[in-house]
Amino acid sequence: MPEQLAFTIEVFLNGLMAGVLYALVALGFVLIYKASGIFNYAQGVMALFAALTLVGIMEGQVPFAHLINAILGTDVHHFGWHVPAFLAIGLTMVVMIVLAYLVQRFVFRYLVGQEPIILFMATIGLAYFMEGVGDLMWGSEIKTLDVGLPQGINIAIDETTYGWFGYGFFIDNLDIVAAIIAILLVTGLVLFAQYTKQGRAMRAVADDHQAALSVGVSLNFIWILVWSLAGFVALVAGIMWGAKSGVQFSLSLIALKALPVLMLGGFTSIPGAIVGGLIIGVGEKLFEFLIGAPFLGGATENWFAYMLALIFLVFRPQGLFGEKIIERV
Amino acid sequence: MFYREAGDFNTSYPEDSQTFPIKFDRWRYYAVLFVAIFVIPFLINDYWVNSIFLPFLIYSIAAIGLNILVGYCGQVSLGTGGFMAVGAYACYKLMTSFPDLSMVVHVLLAGGITAGVGVLFGLPSLRIKGFYLAVATLAAQFFLVWLFNRVPWFYNYSASGQISAPERTFLGVNITGSNTDAWATYLFCLFFVILSAYIARNLTRGSVGRKWMAIRDMDIAAEIIGVNPLRAKLTAFAVSSFFVGISGALFFSVYLGAVEVGEAFGITKSFLVLFMIIIGGLGSIFGSFAGAAFLVLLPVALKIIGVDWLGWPTDIVAHLQLVVVGALIIIFLIAEPHGLAQLWRVAKEKLRLWPFPH
Amino acid sequence: MKYKLGTAAVAALMAASPVMADLVFPSLSYRTGPYAAGGIPFADGYADYFSMINARDGGIGGVAARVLECETGYNTEKGVECYESTKGEGALVYQPLSTGITYQLIPKTTADNIPMHTMGYGRTSAANGDVFSHTFNYPANYWNGASGAISYLLNENGGDLKGKKIALVYHNSAYGKEPIRTLEELAAKHGFELSLLPVDHPGQEQKSQWLQIRRDRPDNVIMYGWGVMNQVAIQEAANIRFPMENFIGIWWSGSENDVLPAGAAANGYKALTFHAVGDDFPVFADIQKHVVDAGNAAGAGDQIGTVLYNRGLYAAMLAAEAARTAQGIHGTADITPAMMRDGMEALEITEARMTELGMPNFGPSFNVSCANHGGPGLIGVTQWDAGASEWKLISNFAATDMDVIQPLIDADSGSYATENNIASNCK
Repeated sequence: MPEQLAFTIEVFLNGLMAGVLYALVALGFVLIYKASGIFNYAQGVMALFAALTLVGIMEGQVPFAHLINAILGTDVHHFGWHVPAFLAIGLTMVVMIVLAYLVQRFVFRYLVGQEPIILFMATIGLAYFMEGVGDLMWGSEIKTLDVGLPQGINIAIDETTYGWFGYGFFIDNLDIVAAIIAILLVTGLVLFAQYTKQGRAMRAVADDHQAALSVGVSLNFIWILVWSLAGFVALVAGIMWGAKSGVQFSLSLIALKALPVLMLGGFTSIPGAIVGGLIIGVGEKLFEFLIGAPFLGGATENWFAYMLALIFLVFRPQGLFGEKIIERV
Repeated sequence: MFYREAGDFNTSYPEDSQTFPIKFDRWRYYAVLFVAIFVIPFLINDYWVNSIFLPFLIYSIAAIGLNILVGYCGQVSLGTGGFMAVGAYACYKLMTSFPDLSMVVHVLLAGGITAGVGVLFGLPSLRIKGFYLAVATLAAQFFLVWLFNRVPWFYNYSASGQISAPERTFLGVNITGSNTDAWATYLFCLFFVILSAYIARNLTRGSVGRKWMAIRDMDIAAEIIGVNPLRAKLTAFAVSSFFVGISGALFFSVYLGAVEVGEAFGITKSFLVLFMIIIGGLGSIFGSFAGAAFLVLLPVALKIIGVDWLGWPTDIVAHLQLVVVGALIIIFLIAEPHGLAQLWRVAKEKLRLWPFPH
Repeated sequence: MKYKLGTAAVAALMAASPVMADLVFPSLSYRTGPYAAGGIPFADGYADYFSMINARDGGIGGVAARVLECETGYNTEKGVECYESTKGEGALVYQPLSTGITYQLIPKTTADNIPMHTMGYGRTSAANGDVFSHTFNYPANYWNGASGAISYLLNENGGDLKGKKIALVYHNSAYGKEPIRTLEELAAKHGFELSLLPVDHPGQEQKSQWLQIRRDRPDNVIMYGWGVMNQVAIQEAANIRFPMENFIGIWWSGSENDVLPAGAAANGYKALTFHAVGDDFPVFADIQKHVVDAGNAAGAGDQIGTVLYNRGLYAAMLAAEAARTAQGIHGTADITPAMMRDGMEALEITEARMTELGMPNFGPSFNVSCANHGGPGLIGVTQWDAGASEWKLISNFAATDMDVIQPLIDADSGSYATENNIASNCK
């Protein structure tokens, strides 16, 4: 097997894995957009906030310690306990649900029926707000997130492929875990949407707000539910990305990686987010490997992802899986 | 009482369709212009110019430009940072290649070049709409930033890729470089602000602007009544990019004096200008100013209150700044979803009737 | 901060009322934003040193030092605001702490006659004091760093790098591109093969770059990274099992923040430095006594002894020494920024003086001259010991290849001088 081909396959596989991670972030956007038509700019900040909260709870950090110390002249930092990962994830989820309730209660309840751009802008305000609160609550240092996920090269794959091709492929264990979690997550979401009462209500709201209201679905409840789900997805994305880089401000920028995925897959489709993620992941990695790095000087991934999505959009303006746009005068 | 149209008679059509039909409004507007041109230059120092007036004026131009595209023509764009970079780099190349030309020419040419690039990246708008288009313009944003970082010709092969504005003059007065006077840079930018606002206002209420608004409100319907969507959308991209390019050129040459493309014209800049026009009010020239003022002045004001008056630690103030700005955006939205411009309109309506309730 | 906000406000008001004859050292810090983790320890170290000097020595030459902190968030526009709002307070020397802010302050500070110290960042060719009269970047700059890394590798390999493959992983920005020219010159000189791997901001996704490294198997990797890029790069290097001892970062990629998230996998990672690491210096006892125990520590006080804290401390020490030198030259305790500039240009750091300050061997001994604002460019190498969670200096401050660097400095500063019509400053 020629080496170049082996490399290409390796890059392809890693692109798929990266795509799964992008898709995890994109899922959160899709959930909220589908149910309420809100393009949630704050999704990235939510991932950061969730990861910060998780680390804070695990390490027993005192929330707002810096602010408390500044106001009261005390010197508190930690409660002095360590919470096991699973319990901490549960507690973080509670925090995210409370957040979802607060967001619904104090922001979007007042903005029902507004134009999409105004809802979008409200999420901008929310992003600013949560970024500030997150920093005040947990401080802006880099925190190490260790929930026991494996990291590093998968030896089994490396050795097997070495036996086959004479070149061992690199697949990150964390990526494999991420892929499994993503599959579970999407299956779970689909099952939830198809087979539970709340799920059906959620789909009804996504289809038509007024029709859903008229058959007795509580919009309020559904929106809290959807924001909680998005919070959960944000937490998962935060854990995955945070495991790579530590939990820090830049985590909120992963939203930028999700945008081309979203536009490629369509804002309203959960499978679209996954397929879009895979296409973007593979596309940008292969382009960087075959064209970007050898001929264009590298670092082409960021813009190529958008270019790729743009090319797809020119042929399918609603994204691959988006709802067909029907325009009437 | 004072603010009303009673006794204010118009005897010709031009008078009837002027921008400020109410006499009091007109005088207020002249007064603002008078203060801006003849009073402020004598009062300001370096701090006021560099921390408040220059960013406010330059962001106002960018916001006017983006507002034409988003607010009047309905094409959401997140490529503003990239287009500002085009303006900045075009201005840099012009300044260094033709040192003898006047700064005004450089800035206008930079705007023209940006307009061309804007049209090119506006082409997908003929197919793609709404938020999809917004994300598609991000392709322009990332590609342009990468390009300016990648091709050494754009930064004259300097070691690090930073571009620095050499000293250039206008009418013999230093406009760029280190030895500038506060009043000179201020007036130079103010000139472009007034020019932009004047052009934008008159374009948007003319036939071009009405075509844009028809496209915004429903493009298919507009097409049916005879608006050419290709021309309308691309003129919007061109005009918008022209203003954005001017602001980018001023941002680089007059305000900062040295920029690095990724840091100064990154994606955050695109978002910032978009936030300005949404907060200020879409489809309103006044809104562009109000939004720029809100996002430029508020952080400075909060910083002065928190750090200089109250003596709080700088990092807590910076975090609280984010919290306060975020909360204010949400509160404004709940109170008035159509931005500061709508609040202003409502206030004016109220004033017209004051002191009577109806 | 262990004082109450309320009392602090009163104190600030009272402090503001009389005209104080103190020495103002503005600190353009970034405790927020994407790079906060790097900015906090530096700002703490910078502030704590002056607090300590005030408490222990009664200030510099009998005049109290005052640190004026202004938050930039690593944003150039906020940096402008900070500069303009602090320069009126008699700011003696600026530490802009960001390459972007540096570039745009170079002409401004020159026009305002205020010196600027960019220690280990900023515009490298500012080392040429003949052109950049008010900008100082002693004791070392990025090009020294690039050369220092190669010198270290030469040493390791018995003086021969022929046929070796060295990869540079860099932040795709002005900062990251700094070492390329130097490394290219050195590659030609020593016959090693250089490959360039840019990483786009912010650098959370580096799979492509590290897969390429895995394929090409370079002998060494040099990194010019910043922010989240560092943590991800070290993690990815561990993932592909790249030998950590062959991986060398610049000093901005060599703090505790960068290695801790990767845990034990980061063991053996190396980083360049121009100052000592660790807290095994008498000065830390003074800081503990006069600053921390007195409740005056900047920030939470948990950063003391970290790499970036030491860097802040070192910068403060150099600033204080320059102020003292200026006081000596001009015979007045109450110096102006212009006098401070003279002090910086005449600065002489000796081992004896550093020992006296409780910082023996904290940095190289050097002196600054009008022609050379860049210092000697001596580079040391540190290594991370994950077990003990500490950096260790494994190679002492050694000279770098000025034969390669000096022509580059002259060329770059020369083109700046012609572009801006700058007359020679040293004649």
